[in-house]
Amino acid sequence: MNTQRELRVRPIVSGTVIDHIVAGQAINVLRILGITGVSDAVVSMIMNVPSNTLGHKDIVKIENRELKEKEVDKISLISPSTSINIIRDYEVVDKYNVEMPSTVEGMVKCTNPNCISNTNEPVTSKFIVESDPFRLRCLYCEHVISEQIAQYLL
Amino acid sequence: MEFHRNHIISMKDFTRDEIDYILDRAGKLESLARSGRSDILSGKILALLFYEPSTRTRMSFETAMLRLGGNVLNLGSKDASSVIKGETLADTIRVISTYSDAIVLRHTSEGAAQMAMEYSSVPIINGGDGAGHHPTQTLLDLYTIKRESSLEHPDVAIVGDLKYGRTVHSLTYALSLYGANITFVSPQQLKMPDQIIGDLKARGAHVNETENLDQVLNNIDVLYMTRIQKERFPDPTEYNKVANAYKITNKQLAHVRQNMIIMHPLPRINEIDSSIDNTAHARYFQQSFYGVPIRMALLTIVMGADI
Repeated sequence: MNTQRELRVRPIVSGTVIDHIVAGQAINVLRILGITGVSDAVVSMIMNVPSNTLGHKDIVKIENRELKEKEVDKISLISPSTSINIIRDYEVVDKYNVEMPSTVEGMVKCTNPNCISNTNEPVTSKFIVESDPFRLRCLYCEHVISEQIAQYLL
Repeated sequence: MEFHRNHIISMKDFTRDEIDYILDRAGKLESLARSGRSDILSGKILALLFYEPSTRTRMSFETAMLRLGGNVLNLGSKDASSVIKGETLADTIRVISTYSDAIVLRHTSEGAAQMAMEYSSVPIINGGDGAGHHPTQTLLDLYTIKRESSLEHPDVAIVGDLKYGRTVHSLTYALSLYGANITFVSPQQLKMPDQIIGDLKARGAHVNETENLDQVLNNIDVLYMTRIQKERFPDPTEYNKVANAYKITNKQLAHVRQNMIIMHPLPRINEIDSSIDNTAHARYFQQSFYGVPIRMALLTIVMGADI
């Protein structure tokens, strides 16, 4: 089993392990991080591996990169269960769970075509993050996004 | 209770106590709204920026300001202003706020007033933003119900265009604060958006939906009719299909509650037959007038004037 894990996910020297990603969302995590396949980043991605807590999960490992706060916030919107592990010299030097912010600015495009944030006005999209049920409410037009948030990420 | 508010953007910004405060202040100003002139807002200038047509909202704000002794600046037609040159709303607001003491804005985009607030150095009053909010209409609707019926747990039917009609979204929210029993009556295509129904229910509001007006007509205190708004339909064929779906005539009023009142934000097209105008139920013209004391109350509040 260990040999198989080694083959799937090689330990990294330095960088970030993004773990406990909701199964199927790893590709969207790469999108958030701007990893398109044309960059020279060393990236490992595994999808739908068994997880004790989630049933199944995805994992992304990126070498020589630590995430910015805005990137972590975006990941929290599509995969609230995610944990971030910062690796330096093979050691986990920091580990934390993502936390959804109470508001997000300039991260999500409003789905209402008639919203002022979708015009040529100098306005940055702003959403209130609501929980129970989880959804994003546009501060300007109050439209709600509750599904497929990844496709509206800016 | 002391209450001051710089901007009037959405009914969701108000508690019931604050709404009651505004309604009470409108009551104190009602006789002045009917005739005369005071100097309560003497020396103050109100700018009217209407990017969409309006008769009642624009003129009642003008009347309100004149009755209070202030003056009005009107952007006039979009074609005669820098809007046609492509100036952003944000820039227009930044400029006009240096010319005036408050701005009333009506705009085609939802959220325009919220954004304007961020760029304005003077109070913004939302005069309607796309299919979004129209708080001053809601306040005058509540004032009408208070004056002509009762705001204590009224049974209200709201009829017509509940999908695109901006007045009804604000109104249903506010009515929920007064424990109203609300029935939405509309064709399937113009149903109240699920999001708003969900929000109302989450707030503990009593709401029902039906497509049949006759089913509810005899069990309500307030019948709130709305126009099917042609300009909100992207597809004209969809408009034609539903345009005449809900129309009320005198005949249908035979068994309604004696004190039932009929309201309409106007303009009406043919939703209310003119034979109803002279019945004891019709209140839509009084309702239109009540826009003046309500807007007087709001102007004095945002400009910090005592009455």
